[in-house]
Amino acid sequence: MRIEQHPILDFKRGKKITFTFDGKQMKGYEGETIAAALHAAGVKSLSHSIHLHRPRGLYCAIGNCASCIMEVNGEPNVRICVEPLIDGMVVNTQSGKGELK
Amino acid sequence: MRTVELLVVGGGPAGLCAAIQAAEMGSSVILVERSQHLGGQLIKQTHMFFGSEKQYASKRGFDISNILLDKIASLEKITLMQSTTVMGIYEDGVVTLEHKGEYIKVLPKATIVATGASEKTLAFPNNDLPGIYGAGAVQTLMNEYGIKPGNRVVMVGAGNIGLIVSYQLMQAGVEVAAIVEGGPKIGGYLVHASKVRRMGVPILTRHTIKSAHGKEVLEKVTLWQLDDQWNGIPGTEIEFGVDVMCIAVGLAPLSELLWQAGCQMKFIESLGGYVPTRDENLQTSVKGLFVAGDVSGVEEASSAMVEGYLAGMSAASYLGYKLYNMNEVKENLLNQLDSLRHGQMGEKIRKGIAELQIEHEAAASVDA
Repeated sequence: MRIEQHPILDFKRGKKITFTFDGKQMKGYEGETIAAALHAAGVKSLSHSIHLHRPRGLYCAIGNCASCIMEVNGEPNVRICVEPLIDGMVVNTQSGKGELK
Repeated sequence: MRTVELLVVGGGPAGLCAAIQAAEMGSSVILVERSQHLGGQLIKQTHMFFGSEKQYASKRGFDISNILLDKIASLEKITLMQSTTVMGIYEDGVVTLEHKGEYIKVLPKATIVATGASEKTLAFPNNDLPGIYGAGAVQTLMNEYGIKPGNRVVMVGAGNIGLIVSYQLMQAGVEVAAIVEGGPKIGGYLVHASKVRRMGVPILTRHTIKSAHGKEVLEKVTLWQLDDQWNGIPGTEIEFGVDVMCIAVGLAPLSELLWQAGCQMKFIESLGGYVPTRDENLQTSVKGLFVAGDVSGVEEASSAMVEGYLAGMSAASYLGYKLYNMNEVKENLLNQLDSLRHGQMGEKIRKGIAELQIEHEAAASVDA
């Protein structure tokens, strides 16, 4: 759900790039965050609460609330609302708290 | 260990103006910003600002941000560190930073904390469903990345943010089903309220969210009316099928660093929660530690900018840099703040700030 026409803003999107989300190939733009690219593709359920496994989505979008943490390139607990999307990234839904290596 | 005269934490309107003012007076400045972009929340504000010309009234937020960033780029005294998070402030004044996995220590002679505020949330069943966003998140998605949060929204809160973001949602092509306000009156400016009402959006005062519904994502919202004691009235429920709920019930200062630094803090409801005591020059109870913007009390971007200039000038003066007409400039900034804090809402803010005033010995003040 990208906005193509806006009365005030003109969105300058970067190069089209690809990444995978839970094994599926997806497209996004250079310069946007992982959360933005997932949202544009209609993915709203991002993480799950630790005990009751309730779905959680984007709440603050500025790196405060940790409602959007995912596993990115094997690293757990990445706040995808502030993490820039990079070509070839591997993004996965995280289960549990993640492990320190 | 890096040393610097002034460390500014936060690259939003307050931090940018603080850095500009201090650098123009001769101080070396490191400006640290957690995000990869400078400008804070200004960059997603598409509406024209009020206030006076001095605070860039009638310009849109993102244009103001560009003006400030051009100014910053022209000042050699300022070192920018984006994508950098402050981890802690220690007793000996050392501030630790994290930048892309690297751990950095800085020892500044003075620090300005301008970390801003974060969105408050609201308690109701299923308030954690995906599709329920803070108003700032909706602005980030729409105005920064050009992405619609969904198709139909219920807005919670009829303060200025709730009203303005409702209008922005409509500009992006999202239907606004209703604006819900718990209080008996619309909190925001009438000009914003009439704009959304003219577009056919009902503003339901004395109503709140009873419950959200949905399995994986938000599907439906139940509202109900509130009595004078803020209790829901059974039988008054209204349902809206929506895939977005936007929560605009205010902000809370991001004051962690101030607590850690040992600043004296007080709870002032009208300023958003715990805020630091400070003197007229925005110096906190910790010598050499200044504050500006929402972290010192939630207001608007216009007052954050003026506070930024004031804190920047105070910190530069504390470091020994003076202006020949410093008292005049200070008086002018204080007058600007006074005029921004007019009206009923401003009255509450002024009262709150009055409770926070402390005095420092003359040596630490601008007038010294």
